[in-house]
Amino acid sequence: MTTISILAIVVTLLIVVLLAKPVGLYLAAAFDYAPNRLNRIYGPVERIIYKISGIREDNQSWKMYAASLIGSNAVMILIVYLVLRFQGMLPLNPAGIANMEPSLAFNTAISFMANTDLQHYSGESGVSYLSQASVLVFAMFVSPATGLALVMAFIRGLTGKAAGNFFVDLIRGLTRVLLPVAFVSALLFVFMGVPQTFEPAATATTLEGAQQTIARGPIASFLAIKEVGNNGGGFLGVNSAHPFENPSGLSNLLQILLMMLVTSALPFAYGKMAGSIKQGRVLFVSMLMMLIIMTTLSLTAESAGNPALNNLGIQHEQGSMEGKEVRFGEAQSAFYSVITTAAETGAVNTMHDTLTPIGGMVPLANMMLNTVFGGMGVGFVNVLMYAIIAVFLSGLMVGRTPEFLGRKIEGKEMKLIAVTLLVQPFLILVPTAIALATNPETISNPGFHGLTQALYEFTSAAANNGSGFEGLGDATTFWNVSTGIVMFLGRYISMVTLLAVAGSLAAKKPIPESSGTFRTDTAMFGAVFVGIVLIVGALTFFPALVLGPIAEQLTL
Amino acid sequence: MDKKKTMLSGEIASAALRESFVKLDPRIMMRNPVMFVVEIGFLVTLLLCFVPDAFGGTVPRWFNIVTTVILLLTLLFANFAEALAEGRGKAQADSLKKTKQDISANKVSSSGAIKVVPASELRKGDFVVVEAGELIPGDGEVVEGLASVDESAITGESAPVIKEAGGDFSSVTGGTKVVSDKIKVRISADPGESFLDRMISLVEGAKRQKTPNEIALNTVLVSLTLIFLIVVVTLPFLSDFLGIQMEIPILIALLVCLIPTTIGGLLSAIGIAGMDRVTQFNVLAMSGKAVEASGDINTIILDKTGTITFGNRMASEFVPVKAIREEETAYWAAISSLKDETPEGRSVLELMKKNGFPYDEKLGEGGEFIEFQAETRMSGIDLPDGRQVRKGAVDSVKQWVRSQGGSVPDDLDDGSSAIATAGGTPLAVAVDNRIYGLIHLKDTVKPGMRERFEQMRRMGIKTIMCTGDNPLTAATIAREAGVDDFIAESKPEDKIAVIRREQAEGKLVAMTGDGTNDAPALAQADVGIAMNSGTVAAKEAANMVDLDSDPSKIIEVVAIGKQLLMTRGALTTFSIANDVAKYFAIIPAMFMVAIPQMQTLNIMRLDSPLSAILSALIFNAIIIPLLIPLAMKGVAYKPMSTSRLLGKNLLIYGFGGLVAPFIGIKLIDLAVQVFI
Repeated sequence: MTTISILAIVVTLLIVVLLAKPVGLYLAAAFDYAPNRLNRIYGPVERIIYKISGIREDNQSWKMYAASLIGSNAVMILIVYLVLRFQGMLPLNPAGIANMEPSLAFNTAISFMANTDLQHYSGESGVSYLSQASVLVFAMFVSPATGLALVMAFIRGLTGKAAGNFFVDLIRGLTRVLLPVAFVSALLFVFMGVPQTFEPAATATTLEGAQQTIARGPIASFLAIKEVGNNGGGFLGVNSAHPFENPSGLSNLLQILLMMLVTSALPFAYGKMAGSIKQGRVLFVSMLMMLIIMTTLSLTAESAGNPALNNLGIQHEQGSMEGKEVRFGEAQSAFYSVITTAAETGAVNTMHDTLTPIGGMVPLANMMLNTVFGGMGVGFVNVLMYAIIAVFLSGLMVGRTPEFLGRKIEGKEMKLIAVTLLVQPFLILVPTAIALATNPETISNPGFHGLTQALYEFTSAAANNGSGFEGLGDATTFWNVSTGIVMFLGRYISMVTLLAVAGSLAAKKPIPESSGTFRTDTAMFGAVFVGIVLIVGALTFFPALVLGPIAEQLTL
Repeated sequence: MDKKKTMLSGEIASAALRESFVKLDPRIMMRNPVMFVVEIGFLVTLLLCFVPDAFGGTVPRWFNIVTTVILLLTLLFANFAEALAEGRGKAQADSLKKTKQDISANKVSSSGAIKVVPASELRKGDFVVVEAGELIPGDGEVVEGLASVDESAITGESAPVIKEAGGDFSSVTGGTKVVSDKIKVRISADPGESFLDRMISLVEGAKRQKTPNEIALNTVLVSLTLIFLIVVVTLPFLSDFLGIQMEIPILIALLVCLIPTTIGGLLSAIGIAGMDRVTQFNVLAMSGKAVEASGDINTIILDKTGTITFGNRMASEFVPVKAIREEETAYWAAISSLKDETPEGRSVLELMKKNGFPYDEKLGEGGEFIEFQAETRMSGIDLPDGRQVRKGAVDSVKQWVRSQGGSVPDDLDDGSSAIATAGGTPLAVAVDNRIYGLIHLKDTVKPGMRERFEQMRRMGIKTIMCTGDNPLTAATIAREAGVDDFIAESKPEDKIAVIRREQAEGKLVAMTGDGTNDAPALAQADVGIAMNSGTVAAKEAANMVDLDSDPSKIIEVVAIGKQLLMTRGALTTFSIANDVAKYFAIIPAMFMVAIPQMQTLNIMRLDSPLSAILSALIFNAIIIPLLIPLAMKGVAYKPMSTSRLLGKNLLIYGFGGLVAPFIGIKLIDLAVQVFI
């Protein structure tokens, strides 16, 4: 690995760090119900939307908030499902693409609404322009907006405020965050050479005289929301490895920044809302540390190359280049794989299947932990859940009933969190076991790598990431239905339980801080938080990782 | 209380041993989900001892047997810890029960006739007469007479206390003994509901309910157990895909090692031992919840008199008037107090000694002591040579001197008002018609209180002093004692107002009290400690009773509450941190045969797969009895800032918990490999 490629990564991380606080403060203001400048700017437009859609702006109870979230998402899943099922008969289908079969439509509808974008189809041939540009893009806007609404409501609960109104939050997420950012970045992508057209695929005659069909379409707009909304679903089958979806190092940089934009800013938004930026900063720094560890691990593994090939005397100065795009090189490819799983986006610019075993374990670990920044809103809510667990243990260790932001963590909250903690291991390990036992023929590799393929698929689904390890014959009814269910439960169970935690905490009387209070804005708390995330994560997934990537690496 | 502390005798231990087998009953075990999982594992391996190939396994029979034995030991160790903690309470209860036996009562019927009945027939509202040498048959209130009562059966304190009708010292406890005089008592509790009965059931742990924090922690432990259950149950499917066969006993060993058995096995013992520590401290907590809550206290309300100060005014300084030396003032002050047995008088002589001022004790011989009287507001001595020495209220002394034709020094009033401003009480000293100066009487803060309040500040606890004194005096004492806040001229209802105000801010408030008028405040406080010497109403309203009637003990109770939570937190952290090493012992061992390269993960270089698994399992079992003393005693607690405390405990139990099993398992493996 060259110094310059390491420098490029350091600079990218530096930009992420510099953007986080200002964006965080913007987010805090954007979702603030008190009158402020942003409300004066956006208010008039939004009020028209509220009027048309019959939204009343009053506060909802916690139960109402959760019900609105789940209800509206369910309705939208149904709409996406129906459009996909009947896309063949609907307009804007120049390529004459057929109706999607039921299990795939089930999977795809959930996938896009659950911010996962696990695609068991190839964009070029599986979905019409109407499906791509209307319902899928629609879901790609609404699902991150849902995640944003969730995190804002959750933070409000922790800080003792009312839940707010889901529909108002949803609209604000769209008008104040996603639409403006997506619009500007789409233009930037067009400027960088990404196509934006409704023309059908072009046919070209190659130098040898052969006919080649070149897929194209409204890619730039799709790409923008794919990244900033942590969706990750590619317009084209190979996602951001395709030159039209990621033409250059510059577009690669922009994609990484967009993936990190909101999720890295949320800790600061939280700090602002909690009345102390330090509260957020300590979580930001903790996550950044984990990200740096993961990046280092991945870069080390990828630059060392494949020991089996190295032993054959094959030159590996470029690191392991199998499955990577030459225009990105091994450093930017590995880095992209870390970022896309840290931010639970799922976009890929390299085939994760062909990463070295340890290089492939890093994205897997990111998704299993789901707290290295994590996806749009939900990731940070997960982080705050682990923060509550950290507070619980630390509080006990200093001899006080634990309190977080002045609110006592008691039996009720811990029960809800205990249930939430179970969801991730259950949704990853149980379906993996079932898949390995019942559908081994759909797994293209034998042995450790095959195990990793199945493990990766369900981890990606449960964490709502959406990236694939590929090599899996995943367009079967079994995979469509199982990952569909996992994506749905992985997204919505914790939303409900954690909103209940927020509701329960919000109702508590805050305890004033004293010198006996355990502080949650110190480096020590950050260390406890990281320790708990890593130990709980490691304890849960260590055996599976040993049988997958670790055994593969050891036996190379 | 040495008697109670040494009760961890062989008798208790052997009773606990028997009890640990009784507790193997699945119906009892089910209450502790973590250990219940171990028991199921034990039953499965037990089956495998007899039918080794029940699940098609190929592990040697001896391995099944050894695993079964270790699992049984794990269960017994956990049960033993709980039984031991309970046993100590039971022993205490037994000695209390002995007190209760066969008391007869002299019941006074409505006609006034006295009839001897067994104490068990007494009902609330009955009247009994108790004479010297008799046991008081039940809880009640003295309605007539005054007696000294030996309460050592309950308090362990052998000095008798005075009980009298009316006022704050009217309550008596069943089972205590009248040592002098005779009292008439109105019984205030039906049989089975008396203080002694409640105390017995409390120390027996019969009515022990899980506390809120224990429930919360238990939820986390159950969740972890379920996670590891998922991990272990899915593992054979994963390995099957790779063509690796998993052995049931090895999976059970992995599961038992991973689930938090250390804290799971010790959790209830920690809770019981916490209550027990409070009891040993001679404080009777009505519930574990109260003990837990005391660790969270933000504010403590303390009475000034008797708690912070000695309550009687003591001489602290001699202030001479013009033309008199301090030694002279002191000299006459001492002479005036020669025969004065009041605390004030004695304190004058003590101050003399402290300052090294000489005085002639013989001067008073044959003199006549003049007692303090409300009319004269002076006391003193008439010396045999005819000189009259007096000390007393400044105005009275001034008048007395003037009446003898003396004059009042013009700096006397300045001096006395200076003392009053400082919160003290001035006493003037005069001989015949001459005033020699002033004694500065001060309410003295008990030694060590300042340091204690300092400690509490470090623990983040605010102290509020309540006193009937005027604001000036109150402020002085508050400053001297180092309390954070005070309420002067306080009435009983002020206390409750302060508690409500603090609680409205979300704080937890503790207070001590003994009078009936304290009862509402005791009930309102989150932790209310009543003095055993106090009234029945106060004891009913409180959630703890201090048998020694030492109000400053509240501070230790707070420390015990904190210690209880800390012990839970520390052992949970330790238990979870242990898992890392256990993984590194068992996971490579599980797969080493099929995947030889797994040896790389065998960082402890354990001898063989089977020895590695057994070593981890043995470590997992013996760590429980090794930690029983810690669970009983509690984690050492010294007041310090929370971040330092956390840092210290993280280092010991977090980092220690990570490292200790690596060493422990390696050592056990060295021993185990000899036998394999």
